[in-house]
Amino acid sequence: MHPRAFTDFLNDQISEAELEALAVENLTKDFGGVRAVNQVSFSVEPGERLAIIGPNGAGKTTLFQLLSGMLTPTSGRIFVFGKDITKLPAHQRAALGIGRTFQITNLFLNLTVLDNVMLALEASGMTRYNLVRPVSSYKHLLAQAEEILSQWGLRDRRDFPVRSLSYGEQRQLEIMLTLSQNRSFLLLDEPTCGLSPEEAQSFVSIIRAFSRDFTVLLIDHDMDVTFGIAEKVMVLHYGTVVAFGSPDEVKNNPQVQEIYMGVD
Amino acid sequence: MKERKSILRIAIVLALLCAVPVFLPSYYTGLLTLILIYAIFAMSLDILQGYTGLASLGHAAFLGTGAYIVAIINVKVFHGPHFAIELLAGVLAAAVVAALIGLIVLRNTGTYLLMILLASSMMLWGIAFKWRSLTGGDDGLPGIARPDLAFMHWNLHNTTDFYYFVLLFFVIAALLMYLVVRSSFGHTLLGIRESETRMTALGYNVWLQKYIAFIVSGVFAGLAGVLLVYYNGFVSPSELHLVTSAEVLMMVILGGVGTLFGPAMGAGIIILIKNFVSGYTEHWMIILGALYMATIMLAPQGVYRLFKRSDK
Amino acid sequence: MAFVLTQTINGVVFGMLLFLLAAGLTLMLGTMRIVNLAHGSFYLLGGYIGYTVAQRTHNFFLACLAGLLSIGILGILTYKTVLEKRFARETLAQVLLTFGMLLIISDVCRWIWGGNPLAIPKPEILQGTIYLGSIVVPVYRLAVIVIGGVILLFLWWFQEKTKYGAIVRAGVDDAEMAQGIGINISLVKTLVFSMGALLAGLAGVIGGPFVGLSVGLDIDILLLAIVVVIIGGMGSLRGALVGALLIGLIDSFGKSLLPELSIFTLFAAMVGVLAIRPSGLFGTK
Repeated sequence: MHPRAFTDFLNDQISEAELEALAVENLTKDFGGVRAVNQVSFSVEPGERLAIIGPNGAGKTTLFQLLSGMLTPTSGRIFVFGKDITKLPAHQRAALGIGRTFQITNLFLNLTVLDNVMLALEASGMTRYNLVRPVSSYKHLLAQAEEILSQWGLRDRRDFPVRSLSYGEQRQLEIMLTLSQNRSFLLLDEPTCGLSPEEAQSFVSIIRAFSRDFTVLLIDHDMDVTFGIAEKVMVLHYGTVVAFGSPDEVKNNPQVQEIYMGVD
Repeated sequence: MKERKSILRIAIVLALLCAVPVFLPSYYTGLLTLILIYAIFAMSLDILQGYTGLASLGHAAFLGTGAYIVAIINVKVFHGPHFAIELLAGVLAAAVVAALIGLIVLRNTGTYLLMILLASSMMLWGIAFKWRSLTGGDDGLPGIARPDLAFMHWNLHNTTDFYYFVLLFFVIAALLMYLVVRSSFGHTLLGIRESETRMTALGYNVWLQKYIAFIVSGVFAGLAGVLLVYYNGFVSPSELHLVTSAEVLMMVILGGVGTLFGPAMGAGIIILIKNFVSGYTEHWMIILGALYMATIMLAPQGVYRLFKRSDK
Repeated sequence: MAFVLTQTINGVVFGMLLFLLAAGLTLMLGTMRIVNLAHGSFYLLGGYIGYTVAQRTHNFFLACLAGLLSIGILGILTYKTVLEKRFARETLAQVLLTFGMLLIISDVCRWIWGGNPLAIPKPEILQGTIYLGSIVVPVYRLAVIVIGGVILLFLWWFQEKTKYGAIVRAGVDDAEMAQGIGINISLVKTLVFSMGALLAGLAGVIGGPFVGLSVGLDIDILLLAIVVVIIGGMGSLRGALVGALLIGLIDSFGKSLLPELSIFTLFAAMVGVLAIRPSGLFGTK
């Protein structure tokens, strides 16, 4: 699968290779008196796999909410390939290429598996504003959907409501939706949560097999999963960046060890 | 095979609807006319309630707007029927009202939205109630003439002719609404109903989709209002009242939320019961209230789904 | 100047009455997420019951008690039998059930008390007028302000100082979460609903002497209470107070200055607030 290029948004003079895929500057989020995310700054190279770890309540999901646009920051800026997206609404960021899975499975539970994939595919173009043409007439989209379902082994369940799928299959479907849209930026929030060890491992292989056209940000509590995928690791504690570096650097960081020793 | 069964069913229903004036006395033809008008109204609400997941207790705003605009044009402006203008103006006015209200309130969701829509419609009621010079106030506007379709050899003052007139609009409206809910746009409404955050994450402008659905729904409700005022020959503020909004919502629930044709059936049931009960007692409101409560407690899925289940 | 003073006092008096209604409504919304469409009916029925008691006993305070207790009990019954059981999460179903009650109570009231407007006579000790500067104010109206103030204090105490109030404030409706803190959430909800109903019934009697009791009042006053809650924000007592006073004043000034457009001024206020603060003045989103 190849993601759409960001070239429409780039200046001709700037070469793609020089731009960071994601740059976050002093991102802060306050909820009333509570500071959930505190002056977070970091950057991610194109194609990189960054894992974000930290104890519960460290602000990881809040960070994802800020990146995907579901929450507006109190201060700070977010750049994607050099473009300032801080003020961009969530759905436009998604259209730009940011795809996301949720900590608690967020699917269209009462709709069929096929419906779910179709909705992911209909999101591009003007299909969604067509008030008269029946969905069933979009043959090429249907074919595409069937193709995706076959690839992932869910084709025979296409007419089943998503509710009837196992938890692991639902998690898988969520990733499928994101991938089917050719988003080049994947924010994966606890994707292996609730999966069996085998399912989690299979998930790791899938992510490792992604091409370098995809940039991946991952939140996961499972250290095997995290260190199995990550090239860079960022540690958050009370909303602040405590460590950022390669997996080994982070593992050997005394501050990080203290946090996790304290928690465990 | 399922397709053919549905088409057969639709054909039978249509045939029955066409045959009604031939076999039943004109009283029932008139009643069925009213049912068809409310069926359009109820189906339009289902687009919001059943397909988009937007609960509204203010849908009467559109019915009433369509009705009042036609009445005002008919009585005050032209002193006589001008069908094309009245129809266009009525439906357009409903669309404008939906566009304005939607612009302000659709950022909200759930119960808060429900209340705001309730209040908006009741505000319109209050304005109609007080503005005697324009709307006739409490008394409403009587003497609205039905369109003059003599050039088509139709005399709309004849109950039967008027029934077919309304039936024609019902079929067209039902067909259009069916197309909308089956379209890719309609598909996205289902997604919104299931999970707005997931839709946003997929890249949909959820607010805009809701806005369009709101206006589309208002347009068809406005059409029902236009037909209603021709049916009654007068308009009163009750067309804008909470009781009307709640009634049409009950029609949707009784018929089956999200089935589109269920609400049409719901309209039929409630109107028939109202008609029947009010003939026996002046306390029909108690019976109606009890009926609503019983429906919610015993059959919240609606009547239409009972039929579908018996298929399997 | 006298005009402004008079209208202001009238506005505040009416606002206090609305506050009694809106407070219950907003608390129900905060804890149960339901709009109690029968709230205006509670007001009217309480008023009518108070009227009958006042007629029989010539005792205004007994009438207040009767209105308060009868509707409080009705509230408990309504919640326990109709609302609580099957519809914990189905807000719309609950709302429509309350609408069914609206229809029933409305017809019952007309059946028993007839279609003509009624008024409850003021209690003797609160009759008469006093001079406030240049204007004449009925003692009764001042008493309404005082009573409203007392109830406001009580509600403030309940919400800020009691265990149950804390739950209400937090807007917790998750039974498991609440049980973890050792609170019976069902009890809280029943308490809130009956308290709201009780206040509505009391308000009906208190309003009896100057608002009166008539057919259609249930819906009129329900609408005003809903507008107050919209403006003030769902679940906020502070919002209910501010909104009620605002609406009371607008209603008072509006009716005397622009009688034909009075509804429109309310509308404008509501739209105005929503445009600036989409969740109401003190609402949380």
